[in-house]
Amino acid sequence: MDIAGDFLPPTIEWFALSPYIALVAGALILLLGSLTPQWPRGWYGLVSATSAGVAGVLSVLQFANLADELPRTLVKGALAHDRFGLLALIAICVAVVFTSMTTVDADTSDSLEHFALLLTAALGAAIMVTANDLVVSFLGIETLSLSLYVLAASDRRRSASQEAGLKYFILGGFASAFLLYGIALVYGTTGQTSISGIGSTLAGEVSVPRNDAMLLAGVALLLVGFGFKVSLVPFHSWTPDVYHGAPTHVTGFMASLGKVAAIVALVRLFVVAFPTRADDWRPAVFALAVLTLLVGSVLAIVQRDVKRMLAYSSISHAGFMMVGLEAAGRIGSSSASDGVSSALVYVVLYSVLAVGSFAAVSVVSQHASDVTSTSEGQSTTSLDAFNGVAKTNPVFALGFTVLLLAQAGVPLTSGFVAKFGVIRAAVSTESYVLAVLAMVSAVIAAYLYLRIMVSMWLSVPASGEATSALAPKLSLPLRVTLVSAVAITLVLGVLPTWLLDVSDSLALFAR
Amino acid sequence: MSVGESGVSEFLRSYLTVGWFGIAAVVLAGLLLWVASLVRPSRPGHEKLLTYESGVDPVGEGWSQSQVRYYIFALLFVVFDVEAVFIFPWATQLERYGTFGLVEMGVFVFVLLLGLVYAWRKGVLRWV
Repeated sequence: MDIAGDFLPPTIEWFALSPYIALVAGALILLLGSLTPQWPRGWYGLVSATSAGVAGVLSVLQFANLADELPRTLVKGALAHDRFGLLALIAICVAVVFTSMTTVDADTSDSLEHFALLLTAALGAAIMVTANDLVVSFLGIETLSLSLYVLAASDRRRSASQEAGLKYFILGGFASAFLLYGIALVYGTTGQTSISGIGSTLAGEVSVPRNDAMLLAGVALLLVGFGFKVSLVPFHSWTPDVYHGAPTHVTGFMASLGKVAAIVALVRLFVVAFPTRADDWRPAVFALAVLTLLVGSVLAIVQRDVKRMLAYSSISHAGFMMVGLEAAGRIGSSSASDGVSSALVYVVLYSVLAVGSFAAVSVVSQHASDVTSTSEGQSTTSLDAFNGVAKTNPVFALGFTVLLLAQAGVPLTSGFVAKFGVIRAAVSTESYVLAVLAMVSAVIAAYLYLRIMVSMWLSVPASGEATSALAPKLSLPLRVTLVSAVAITLVLGVLPTWLLDVSDSLALFAR
Repeated sequence: MSVGESGVSEFLRSYLTVGWFGIAAVVLAGLLLWVASLVRPSRPGHEKLLTYESGVDPVGEGWSQSQVRYYIFALLFVVFDVEAVFIFPWATQLERYGTFGLVEMGVFVFVLLLGLVYAWRKGVLRWV
């Protein structure tokens, strides 16, 4: 019995895998730091920012290389090497670099675990966005989620943070069970876990389809599981509490990284594996998109706390991304690929906005907690804390206003490019109802961003004590983060040509 | 063998055995418990309704809290348990996987080892 010759080791393309290796190496270096005495302040953040930066540069190089290479799969079909995944990977690396810089300044912790967890979360997200196999994708989801559970609970002095971590853990574990069951049912029907393999198996079947009830139940469970991770509306209830309870820089990280990874994995799975069942899943995505858009926007405007407002607004943004997926589900239409690229561009641009906005919120809340000392346990992120910020810090307020305007989708900002992309995809695939609802929801959500702006620019501080300038409190890394986020927002908003040029190649999946 | 007349594939048909087995298990256990409840006398008493603790009198409540250090040791145990789950099958097929498998397992063990070193440095292994 000669089974010795059967095993063919996968070919390892080191360069293509280098972004992942850079992230792992950074995390391992940080953990090795436990052998040495405490490093000087800021060094842990430097290591994590550097390794994410290196990973980002490597992904940019590969993104450029794919201009004249065909998308392919790596490690025996486990990972996809295509521009769709790589653009998301770049966004992930940018989010980690930004978050590392804002975390250095947060006084919650200067611990190596915090930064190592940022890198492992990024690794999980990187695997999710490129996974071409359901099992590998699940591995990425768990790596990302477990890191985020700990990060959400990382502020050990605040019970709200503990509560957020526990809530996120329990509901996230629940969602993982849905995902696993969905994977099992899809595997049961198609006999494989490879995403592109499932797609070609389902495409190759002749007239009588196989056991469709089981397959569709699997697809539905996968949609529910990803719906939890993306926070689509019937499955969104954890989002406001967790976003509110987690330390603010972690909230920004969760909003950007979690959303990029889950949306990209969801779009890849549904468009590559189940295009032949698009007529079955599209109505479900349609319903989720409508609910998410309206409930997210409407509940956002009645909040009194800026972190909860931005949490609901992130739900509403997820609805816009679903509009892109719905357009991608109109397989017969020639514009279906626009839906794919617009959803990706939307989530990538949103990730920058999320990190920047939450960094700005953390500055104000830090200032508010310094000023009000420990009088009462009131939230330092309530809307009142933003009253009159523009009087004392006009430049900071201007930057935050740009980020908020971009989230509202005002022209000349990246948010407009994002919203225009998904709505154009919806219109060109003749999904007019969804396009109209998306625009209505954008108008409703605009009120929420205006409320924060009005509070900053027109309201006067409740008490005279809050008039002290918070500018000296802004450390250099935090300044760099805010300026870069605003710069990316404006540059891509004024000159979106590069994004529009590459957007056609984004929908070319590795199969 | 081709697809059955009901449209159920051969693949799913093989799961039918599992279904029958499950039904048989539930029916059989239910039947036995039902018959037993008809036959046996029922005279509950305080002693009989106590939680069974291997003959020892139960002390305190069932919801007692356990030491958090057990939790940490359980966590570390799971790490090495899972490591063993991966290493044993790999060891039986070492020749087949060759150098590639050896390097892969080396990387896997190295990462786990780093976790152990981290736990050791954090003083988790000391029983405080």
